[in-house]
Amino acid sequence: MAALAHEAHGHHDAHSHDHHEEGFVSKYIFSQDHKMIGKQFLMTAVFMGVVAMLLSILFRIQLAWPGESSDFLSMFLGETWAPGGVLKENMYLGLVTIHGTIMVFFLLTGGLSGTFSNMLIPLQLGARDMASGFLNMLSYWMFFLSSVIMLSSLFIETGPAMAGWTIYPPLSALPQAIEGSGLGMTLWLFSMTIFIASSLIGSLNYIVTVLNLRTKGMTMTRMPLTIWAFFVTAVLGVLSFPVLLSAALLLMMDRLAGTSFYLSDIIVNGEMLENHGGSPLLYQHLFWFLGHPEVYIVLLPALGLSSEIISTNSRKPIFGYRAMIGSILAIGFLSFIVWGHHMFVTGMNPFLGSVFVFTTLLIAIPSAVKVFNYITTLWRGSLVLTPAMLFAIGLVSTFITGGVTGIILADSALDIAIHDTYFVVAHFHVVMGMSAVFGMFAGVYHWFPKMYGKMMNTRLGYVHFWITIIGAYGVFFPMHFVGLAGAPRRYYDYSVYNEFDKPAADMMMDLNVIITIFAIVAALGQLVFLFNFFYSIFRGPKAVQNPWRSNTLEWTTPVEHIHGNWPGALPVVHRWPYDYSKPGAEEDFISQIVPLAEGEEEH
Amino acid sequence: MSFKLVTLVVIVLGAVAIAQLVRLYEHSSKLRNRREEDIPNRDNKLNANMMLTFMILLFGGFIWLMSTYGFTGRGEAASEHGKTYDWLLDVNFLLIVIVFFITNFLLFFFSFKYVRKPGVKAYFYPHNNKLELIWTVVPAIVLAFIIILGLKTWNNITSDANKEAIRVELFSEQFKWTARYAGNDNKLGYFDYKLTTDKNQLALLTTATLDSAIRIMEVGSHDGTILGIKLLEEKLNNPKNIFIPKDRVKMEADLDRKTRLLRLLYQMKYRHNSNVDARAYDDVIEADTLHLMKNQDYEFNFRAKDVIHSAYFPHFRAQINAVPGLTTRFKFKPTISTSEMKQKMNNPDFNFVLMCNKICGGAHYKMKMIVVVDSPSSYKKWFKTKKTFKDEFLAVSAPAPAAEATADTLVVAVN
Repeated sequence: MAALAHEAHGHHDAHSHDHHEEGFVSKYIFSQDHKMIGKQFLMTAVFMGVVAMLLSILFRIQLAWPGESSDFLSMFLGETWAPGGVLKENMYLGLVTIHGTIMVFFLLTGGLSGTFSNMLIPLQLGARDMASGFLNMLSYWMFFLSSVIMLSSLFIETGPAMAGWTIYPPLSALPQAIEGSGLGMTLWLFSMTIFIASSLIGSLNYIVTVLNLRTKGMTMTRMPLTIWAFFVTAVLGVLSFPVLLSAALLLMMDRLAGTSFYLSDIIVNGEMLENHGGSPLLYQHLFWFLGHPEVYIVLLPALGLSSEIISTNSRKPIFGYRAMIGSILAIGFLSFIVWGHHMFVTGMNPFLGSVFVFTTLLIAIPSAVKVFNYITTLWRGSLVLTPAMLFAIGLVSTFITGGVTGIILADSALDIAIHDTYFVVAHFHVVMGMSAVFGMFAGVYHWFPKMYGKMMNTRLGYVHFWITIIGAYGVFFPMHFVGLAGAPRRYYDYSVYNEFDKPAADMMMDLNVIITIFAIVAALGQLVFLFNFFYSIFRGPKAVQNPWRSNTLEWTTPVEHIHGNWPGALPVVHRWPYDYSKPGAEEDFISQIVPLAEGEEEH
Repeated sequence: MSFKLVTLVVIVLGAVAIAQLVRLYEHSSKLRNRREEDIPNRDNKLNANMMLTFMILLFGGFIWLMSTYGFTGRGEAASEHGKTYDWLLDVNFLLIVIVFFITNFLLFFFSFKYVRKPGVKAYFYPHNNKLELIWTVVPAIVLAFIIILGLKTWNNITSDANKEAIRVELFSEQFKWTARYAGNDNKLGYFDYKLTTDKNQLALLTTATLDSAIRIMEVGSHDGTILGIKLLEEKLNNPKNIFIPKDRVKMEADLDRKTRLLRLLYQMKYRHNSNVDARAYDDVIEADTLHLMKNQDYEFNFRAKDVIHSAYFPHFRAQINAVPGLTTRFKFKPTISTSEMKQKMNNPDFNFVLMCNKICGGAHYKMKMIVVVDSPSSYKKWFKTKKTFKDEFLAVSAPAPAAEATADTLVVAVN
């Protein structure tokens, strides 16, 4: 019934848009077309990602060669923040904070989910557009605004927020404690508030579209895993981001209105504050109630994209389609009851800690199922190693590597001595900085023909992949060992170890140099991608309709983008999306719109 | 300047070079009539071989890192529970390293082995319930094992300390640690942050510290660095004084705040029972190093003055956050003395340390305290040399200065 109603609506839509040419502003700037909005998200995220990567190179230079003057640092930070080419302590923390914030929220939440949910949900479901084009546009422009505010905080006199990307109060609440907690933190909070609104509007739109605008025959169990992943991601976002908003709002009240939600019994810089009865732990609970689902908001879309890419390029159905859906749902559900594992040593009741150990380790089960299903999908496949496929395989490898260290961190007893050390930094960078980013790259390489109607250069893609995986593993593998040696994170200079354990200091400095060199190599490798990306948009060879010989609906649309996606009636779906190399079929793929042949069984 | 120029030139030249290469490549593709989406078998094969090579590099790198740097950084655990901790860490590591090797091997090996070969079709294999059941149940069993072992250790570590444990408080502020030993009664004195004064940095609660806090709130500190309510009022009410509005607003806010805090101090004073003074008076405060006895149980309390800090003892495998407004605790028993550890680490300059492990401001990385573990006899010798809080506090605050004199010095200081 819903599909029929939509059919009628779709016709009306296509009809009304036939008559007028769109102007530049409504086509490229305030566009309500999901494909353009997806591309806008991608462009903004790529820019933010480049900025955040550059910030990381700046502080990596300080970590590898502490106290040494660097022309590179003075070039970007000037005399204010790097007098004589040596990074200031406070700015080091500012760089770390903004690097984390941009990477987690702006690149991996806005960029990954924003780009691909927008691009693929209507196309893979057979819808003319998102449920609300206007809200979709609003979502992008709020994202843009919040990006601008976040970046602007880098240029103010007192510097950006400096309390770490988790902005734990009281440090983030008291400008007397660190200068970044003044205007910088205010901007951070405003930017994130707008970001959360953007994310909420976007997520609601995705959910409504997935539930209501599926074309005829597209049952929930015929949806590609990408859509399942985006759908659950959107649900997670809707349920968890408002909690972050409340956390941020209470923090704003503490900062601006003199309330005591997070503050109690504080004397800072010789000034005795009156605040009494608040609890910094309250903030941590609220923050991680978002913060942990956030990890899966970042990761699930990447896993969804890679499911599609691995299946297509193995020329095999994804192994255990229903188990994959089950694991996505299980991960989504469990992600809400594990947040306490970030707080084992914060003074939270140890019994509560035990409960969180249990729930957290449960998440390893659906994750393991996913990994084994990926590996079995590769088994006896006929792999076509496109750049997208390489990144998807890289994603599985890093998902394993980052996942197993999670087992150690989820164990409250073991967390005691490695909490907040570089082991944690290594763990979440392997999962988010590698897995999720690889998923994003895989998605860009795979759907570039759909986005821009052009092909990216494959050989440059290969170069990009191998530099990236070698560089990134080179950065984050040694980092585990820095952490196991006990190095706390967010330290400006590890030569303080010289005062009590010189061999440990030497080891950390050695590894830090190795890490920084790999980081610089990996960062330079991204230039190959940027070049390939922009060059191909303008000068890449024209794409064909279905370059990867894939089953899903987006490859039945014309190469040239049109408003409403399909020129005629909407396609009707007859089968699941993974009929690759089906015995008895002529080709090694059967599009979802092909009806079942006589006597053919649905998988 | 020259650096910037060189960088720019290199970037521009690099981009031009890649552009030329890409154009060359495109022309040759066009000549050979090859499309981007058709991956030639040669490229496929090359990447497949790279997969295998990369796997060997990854495993080799891991083994090299493990043999060079693994488990060496912190040395042997120097506390009783630390030994269990290390054992548990080893067990977990063994498990995850096995999983890491097997799954990564399968992944890269399959990527290498099943790369497209002409004439070989992929095997249509959508699901197998038995296999899926196996890899759900086996991880579940392994995880149950991990959870049980982990929680057993966790409960032991976080359980209450026994009665004999010596009570020590670690007080944290930007950017230093201060230790407070419970003294002869093995009870830590009470505290309230409003009692913080120059002479009572840890805000201990006794009749004398209450009076002194009230006096300072009313008339200011001896050296004039803190303005009391009286002087603030005088300055604000004196028509001869002209302030810029910003300063006046700030002073008025300061006065209001101090008035309210003073009221709370008086309430505290009327409720105060002088019997508890003794608890605080025999405490010993030491800001320089933390001295511990070998094979002695300790129960630590943690407090924070300004922002969250984290008390991290890497060598004792202990950590807990210090949170403003909240007292947290951790217990451990050092089993290796500093001199023994120096030998074990083969480093005469080695020392145990307490570090801050929660971002707390610019100099976060410098916030640490050396920990010395001694034999009981030398510890006791050291402890005897220390003054109690009573001696320290009453000695310095004995001559109560006249209010007028204080006010005079204040005027000088302010002007």
